[in-house]
Amino acid sequence: MSATVTYQLTRNSYGRLVLTDQSGVMHEGVIPVRSFPITDPGQGIALINSHGHELAWIERFDDLPETYRVLVESELAGREFMPEIKRITEVSGFITPSTWHIETDRGPAVLILKGEEDIRRLTASSLMITDSHGIHFLLRDRTALDRHSRKLLDHFL
Amino acid sequence: MQQLPHSSLSNLPSAWLNALSSQLINEESILAWLEIDLDHQLHFATGIVIATDKRVLAKMADDGTWQTWTYQQGLQLTQRDHAGVGCLELFDPQARLAFWRYRLSNVMAANRLIECFSQQLDYHVSGKLPESSQTSAQCPHCGAFLSAEQDECPVCEKQNHIPPSTWVLLRLWRFAKPYKGRLLIGFLLTLCSTAATLVPPYLTMPLMDNILIPYQNGKPIDTDLVQFYLSGLLGAAILAWMLGWARTYMLALVSERIGADLRTTTYEHLLNLSQEYFGGKRTGDLMARIGAETDRINLFISLHLLDFATDVIMICMTAIILVSINPWLALVTLLPLPIIAWLIHLVRDRLRIGFEKVDRIWAEVNNVLADTIPGIRVVKAFAQEKREAARFHAANQRNLQINDRVNRIWSLFTPTVTLLTEVGLLVVWVFGIWQISQDEITVGVLTAFLAYIGRFYIRLDSMSRIVSITQKAAAGTKRIFDILDHVSSVPESANPVHLPTIQGQIELRHVGFRYGTRSITRDINLVIQPGEMIGLVGHSGSGKSTLVNLICRFYDVTEGAILVDGHDIRTLPLAEYRKHIGLVLQEPFLFFGTIAENIAYGKPDATRAEIVAAARAAHAHEFILRLPHGYDSLVGERGQALSGGERQRISIARALLINPRILILDEATSSVDTTTEKDIQKALDNLVRGRTTIAIAHRLSTLREANRLIVLDRGKIVEIGNHAELMAREGFYHRLYLAQARNVDEEERALISAAEHSIAGEHK
Repeated sequence: MSATVTYQLTRNSYGRLVLTDQSGVMHEGVIPVRSFPITDPGQGIALINSHGHELAWIERFDDLPETYRVLVESELAGREFMPEIKRITEVSGFITPSTWHIETDRGPAVLILKGEEDIRRLTASSLMITDSHGIHFLLRDRTALDRHSRKLLDHFL
Repeated sequence: MQQLPHSSLSNLPSAWLNALSSQLINEESILAWLEIDLDHQLHFATGIVIATDKRVLAKMADDGTWQTWTYQQGLQLTQRDHAGVGCLELFDPQARLAFWRYRLSNVMAANRLIECFSQQLDYHVSGKLPESSQTSAQCPHCGAFLSAEQDECPVCEKQNHIPPSTWVLLRLWRFAKPYKGRLLIGFLLTLCSTAATLVPPYLTMPLMDNILIPYQNGKPIDTDLVQFYLSGLLGAAILAWMLGWARTYMLALVSERIGADLRTTTYEHLLNLSQEYFGGKRTGDLMARIGAETDRINLFISLHLLDFATDVIMICMTAIILVSINPWLALVTLLPLPIIAWLIHLVRDRLRIGFEKVDRIWAEVNNVLADTIPGIRVVKAFAQEKREAARFHAANQRNLQINDRVNRIWSLFTPTVTLLTEVGLLVVWVFGIWQISQDEITVGVLTAFLAYIGRFYIRLDSMSRIVSITQKAAAGTKRIFDILDHVSSVPESANPVHLPTIQGQIELRHVGFRYGTRSITRDINLVIQPGEMIGLVGHSGSGKSTLVNLICRFYDVTEGAILVDGHDIRTLPLAEYRKHIGLVLQEPFLFFGTIAENIAYGKPDATRAEIVAAARAAHAHEFILRLPHGYDSLVGERGQALSGGERQRISIARALLINPRILILDEATSSVDTTTEKDIQKALDNLVRGRTTIAIAHRLSTLREANRLIVLDRGKIVEIGNHAELMAREGFYHRLYLAQARNVDEEERALISAAEHSIAGEHK
């Protein structure tokens, strides 16, 4: 189902999304927000104005016209930062705080784990690891990691 | 800012230094920079943005050339952040020229860059020299204000992440130190008692060679000699018994004290940690650490470590004796020792990880309980008993799973040691018989060896057990030291400034606070005069409570500073500072104890007259007298049930008693009905008089008395003024007020119509 969209979405020269609603009011600096960023990223995206009020609700991406979808997705890409851990190459020690050298879908990175409690279990196999600066690293499936990474990770679980 | 820079050039990452030097034009100096660690699509990449006294330069590692912008009218550099990622944007009046993204670890550098940028821009546009920087020193890394006495920045200091050493158990020495003397006596006793236990096997040698073998060969038994040897055996046994008792008692005494010290120290440390720490921990886990872990360490020291020490001493002594009797046989006997040691080492790591896991899962089981039991009303109300039981079952199941895995390794371990023992004995038999046949040793020597080795291997077996126990204790110690190593995020100043009395002037300077990656308040500037009453107004989540928590120093500001009478509150001793603050919360917490004790909580040495006076001023005196035991009535958990308003008035009395200069009312009247609110309001009026007061209230009507109202929206101050002024301005406050007035009207209308309905119903 491709629902008709009752608003217009553009990007202005300041790099901000602008939403023009039915009555012609322009909202500058519209921000797309996922409702379930971890459990179901594709479902329920809200467009929020700069005061934090909801302007529009997108049930699924498919509901959007192609151009709008690209706009929203590019804005999301610049906002969402949850690197996905693909490999753990090295950990400084099994006692926290511990420095991990990891490979993510966004390139190699270093994270500092403050304590085991910063590893949050999402489901039986997926984990969310929060580093000392509050950045969330996602581990979608720890059973899919290679042997070395699994072994290192196992020390902390 | 211009005076600073040349020295800071050397701090610039060397990778960029070379690339940059060719870029700089005549006498251009670098003022500030920001290392970029993400690209536009938020992939990890490196880059740099630099502000010099002429222009702004930027380059990503992959870019071929530098981008530059010279200072000109209308240029603007801003930063914002979301979910741990900051975005630095450069605008001119028409469009966005460039933007960079970075992780928030660099946020201070970004702020400094923006500050330098705007100063330089000002200078280039208006020709005015920037004002000389503030009188108070700033931390070179994060820009926090430092007092004259502080050399190191308290904010940066706490961000060190050095992992503790692996030899955690040795760290227990800190707690053993006060008992050095007694520990030494205990050690000497251990030496002596072990030596005593080694005498009997030694005596089997002459017993065999001088009595039994000659008797078999036809000689009569020498009764005197037998008596001598046997009394020696008995004497050694009794001596070993006495010494063993003495050392066990002595060391148990010490270990019990070490355990108690460990517990109280950990708890004391825990109490001093900031609220941030408690926010991130679960009660069950902390309770398990302080209770069960200290007990385990205690047991380890008093029992297992002692046994282990005895074993090591015994092995060394035995080895010496064996070598002195016959070096060759001793060599064969001791041969399995390294193998067993190697085996122990092999299993050690796996077991330690396993036991740590067991501990963690155990804490998880506790957490389920700690979650459910306090929330039992909710569980029952939503009929979710089955679900909670299933949750507990699942946690237990994982406990089982992990225990099973650990036990798989563990169960293999002991039988292997036993097998090695048997093989070792066999080797000794074979070699011994061969040596006897060669007339190198006597039968007595072989008997003595077998007697020694029997003990020896039994000890090795029990020593192997120490592995797991040590690992468990080490894991427990680590968890305890996790708490002890946690530096409070509101650290006590190294050179505190003592303020016995304060005026009550509060100044907030560019205050910003971030919780995790969420920026909660930003750039708040406010001066509150002594004796002034300030009302904080705003939607929930606008940062009112955060501001109050920052002023109380439950958290430390992430940016800027809070000053009381001109002193940064980070330089004041915490306890002393908080004594100047009276806090009345929305949900007053009463401890188990009498009402008098609860009122005197902040000042335990208060006289009865003071307590009564405080209760009177808080309008609590009369209802307290109506209770069966007056001021001696028990309240709190398991105590007298008090209504919300009554509890609130007790907490007001508590705040009155310490006579603070600064008073904070955090939604003090929100949880009670309007009639009770009036009572409380009367009590509060007494409290507020003459003190610097910061009040948060949901009902705007309760803030009419305030000298100024501060209207907050999403972490920023949007309006300041008194009620009349703000109403006249018809801004944010006006809208808030109208919305609330409308709600009250609707409520009243709803009440009236409901009443009418019920009356109508009765008439039918």
